[in-house]
Amino acid sequence: MSQAAKKDTPEQAEYRAYCRKWIEENRPEEPDFRLPLQAIEVMDEGVKEYLQTWQKKAYDGGLIGVDYPTEYGGGGKSGMQTIANQELAAGDVPYFINVIGLGMCAPTIFHHASEELKRRFIPQILSGEMIWCQGFSEPGAGSDLASCNTSVVKKGDKWIVNGHKVWTSLAHYAGWMIALVRTSNHDKYKGLSFFVLPVQDTKGVTIRPLIKITGETGFNEVIFEDLEVPDSYRLDDVGKGWTVAMTTLTHERGAGTLVGPNTGMSARGATRTQRLLELAKKCRRNGKPAIDDPFIRDRIALVAVWEEGLAQNQRRAKVPGLTDDPMRIPLQGKVSFTELAQLAATVALEIEGQASSLYIADPMAPDSGTWPLTFLNSYGNTIAAGTSEVQRNILGERVLGMAKSK
Amino acid sequence: MAQPKDFGFGEDEKMVRDSARKFIGEHGSIEKLRKLVGGDPDPEKSPESLYDAPAWEQIVELGWTALAIPEEAGGVGMNMATVAALAEVVGGHAFPSPLIASLLTTLVVREASGENRNELLGEIAEGKRVALAVTGNEGAWDIDSATIEVAASGGSVVLSGFSRYVQDGGKAELFLVAGRSAAGLGLYAVPADAKGLKVTLDQIVDRTRDQATLELDGVELPASAVIAAPADGTQVLEKALPALLTVVAADMVGASEWQLQTTTEYAKTREQFNHPLGFFQAVKHPIVNMMLEIDKAKSLVYAAASAIDNKPENAERFARMAKAQASDTAAFCSDRSVQLHGGIGFTWECDVHFFFKRNKHNQFLFGDGAYQRSKLMKILAG
Ligand SMILES: Cc1cc2nc3c(=O)[nH]c(=O)nc-3n(C[C@H](O)[C@H](O)[C@H](O)COP(=O)(O)OP(=O)(O)OC[C@H]3O[C@@H](n4cnc5c(N)ncnc54)[C@H](O)[C@@H]3O)c2cc1C
Repeated sequence: MSQAAKKDTPEQAEYRAYCRKWIEENRPEEPDFRLPLQAIEVMDEGVKEYLQTWQKKAYDGGLIGVDYPTEYGGGGKSGMQTIANQELAAGDVPYFINVIGLGMCAPTIFHHASEELKRRFIPQILSGEMIWCQGFSEPGAGSDLASCNTSVVKKGDKWIVNGHKVWTSLAHYAGWMIALVRTSNHDKYKGLSFFVLPVQDTKGVTIRPLIKITGETGFNEVIFEDLEVPDSYRLDDVGKGWTVAMTTLTHERGAGTLVGPNTGMSARGATRTQRLLELAKKCRRNGKPAIDDPFIRDRIALVAVWEEGLAQNQRRAKVPGLTDDPMRIPLQGKVSFTELAQLAATVALEIEGQASSLYIADPMAPDSGTWPLTFLNSYGNTIAAGTSEVQRNILGERVLGMAKSK
Repeated sequence: MAQPKDFGFGEDEKMVRDSARKFIGEHGSIEKLRKLVGGDPDPEKSPESLYDAPAWEQIVELGWTALAIPEEAGGVGMNMATVAALAEVVGGHAFPSPLIASLLTTLVVREASGENRNELLGEIAEGKRVALAVTGNEGAWDIDSATIEVAASGGSVVLSGFSRYVQDGGKAELFLVAGRSAAGLGLYAVPADAKGLKVTLDQIVDRTRDQATLELDGVELPASAVIAAPADGTQVLEKALPALLTVVAADMVGASEWQLQTTTEYAKTREQFNHPLGFFQAVKHPIVNMMLEIDKAKSLVYAAASAIDNKPENAERFARMAKAQASDTAAFCSDRSVQLHGGIGFTWECDVHFFFKRNKHNQFLFGDGAYQRSKLMKILAG
């Protein structure tokens, strides 16, 4: 029995058993194509359909949106999504495609949208039938998100949208976007408002793919030219956009009230250390087994120490006597885990040596070339959702109380 | 055995830790530390063993010397998380005291068995100041590197040779000495005033402790001095090693946290270019990095403590990780704490140097980060 399962209430235990059985019986066939590392790199129609079918099935099975009220298509069983997530993570199943919708859009809509919008949108997000995207970043507004400048101007009882969003993950498949926009230039923060915007095959909206460092796509630029939307697409009051965006960002950081379904990489169970050890056993470095190379051994051990340190941080975070400040470990999560992933991929390339030049399509590439891909991709995660530098600002200011940097 | 989720750190353990914070906070305040060991900066002044003797008496009364001793040997039998927490508090004040040496020695002796072991543990519990003399001539880190030679002579044993890098040896009334004979490594209780024993204080950088070299010239001991018979000594030391690493790592976690808090405070108060230093990210971000490193080290220390008590087969793995992470953390935090204080950080007047030197000392004690990682890889990859 897993650690988590031990403290289940009878109701939770029953639901856990249900999830486990369901996953056993409904795990999708191994695809005959390569799944990208994450949902935000999906760019192939066939892959998309495979993942959408899987999400719908899991939704119908009751493993997605369990915490949401039934009137919004949820399971009406508060506190249960975590259980489904643990079983999904252990169950070696693919991720869900509607990652932005599940993790960020649905909670934002739930907390700030009108009753009508909630009933209309949340069920489609949960089932994956409608893919959603997040339109926050702009060419001129990245880390400094509040400086965003997509203009939304009132015209009669409509709003007219003009502007340019970038890095919009999954916009190429999305029907709708949650958007942080500017309704006034008088105040940086109070001039912001929040809308849901239709983006697919819509007059006034152009979506163009941007190609990632990996050669894949998955994010886009979205250009608005005189898009007209009704006032009912607004979330919360005019001028309250920043408050709404905070709800989105809190959920993006995994600290929100609504737990998103498991949308990360499909969990393989093995730790990074184990994968590096396996890799080092089969790779040769400068003509000798990499696993016998003292430099490689030191590097793998470093990953092992770091990985275990973070795992034990999660354990210690729940022991009040050993954490003088309760926010200290939780706020480190984003920067620590993304940088660990980057370090592990860096070490994998060192283990492979010359063979690290072989990419995913090369038949001779160790581990099918996933390490160079993982390495390249790791920068996406140290940049997106608050860069590592921004995370360090947050830690220095909120946890340690140092002066706010510009 | 299952591992406790809270590392075994519950209410009782917290009570001991909190009382240590209070007691050492008072008796080991920074003002007292300055007065005690910060006096004469002369690098060539002869080394001294300095600690607050009345405070030590009180520590014995508080029962901390009996803490790690099993109940069956007359001790309190608290768990390893408590010992780690105590060491963390000591490190957090760079507190000069025979306590760490007493804990380290206890953790070895308790892995032995028999009458002599119980006797010695009883004496330690009652406050006898002891120190661990297991390191050989070259200061090798492998725990069985002792170079003292042991010869049998009738019913007694005779020890000759050098034991080096004996931590807080200048404070000890008795040494636990590792010595080698044809049958293997044994452990012997050698009184500081034994005939033929010469204790010389090393001239060391870190003045929050002392360190000694023992020269044994035919020191003759009765059979009652044998704590672990030849051939048993290596096993006893290996069994105790994870706990030794954990204590030293905990000391570094405490000292590094002091460096973090003190440097943060300085970054909030000192202004340059019309801003507090912490406004500048070249200052802010490394300080955040200190915190990230400390937290991993601290979590690994308690994971090691928990494994020692509940899952001994994992103890070495976690303790190697803890010492590796803590050693690197101590080096990094020391480095940044001096640099980010600027000129004042380079002075004898600034308290930062006490913790800098203590951490740099502990970084290498029982093996630095790279050494621990090489040992860890033996466990992970063979
Ligand atoms: C894979 C991926 C997917 C993404 N998906 C989406 C999405 O779906 N929707 C969306 O809205 N956005 C998305 N983004 C955008 C992402 O949120 C931004 O890239 C991120 O916020 C950084 O903004 P920027 O790219 O403009 O970089 P900048 O803010 O220009 O930063 C450039 C560099 O300067 C540093 N820097 C900036 N400000 C500071 C400061 N104050 N202190 C110290 N250093 C600083 C940064 O850390 C970085 O190193 C995605 C990005 C990636 C990489």
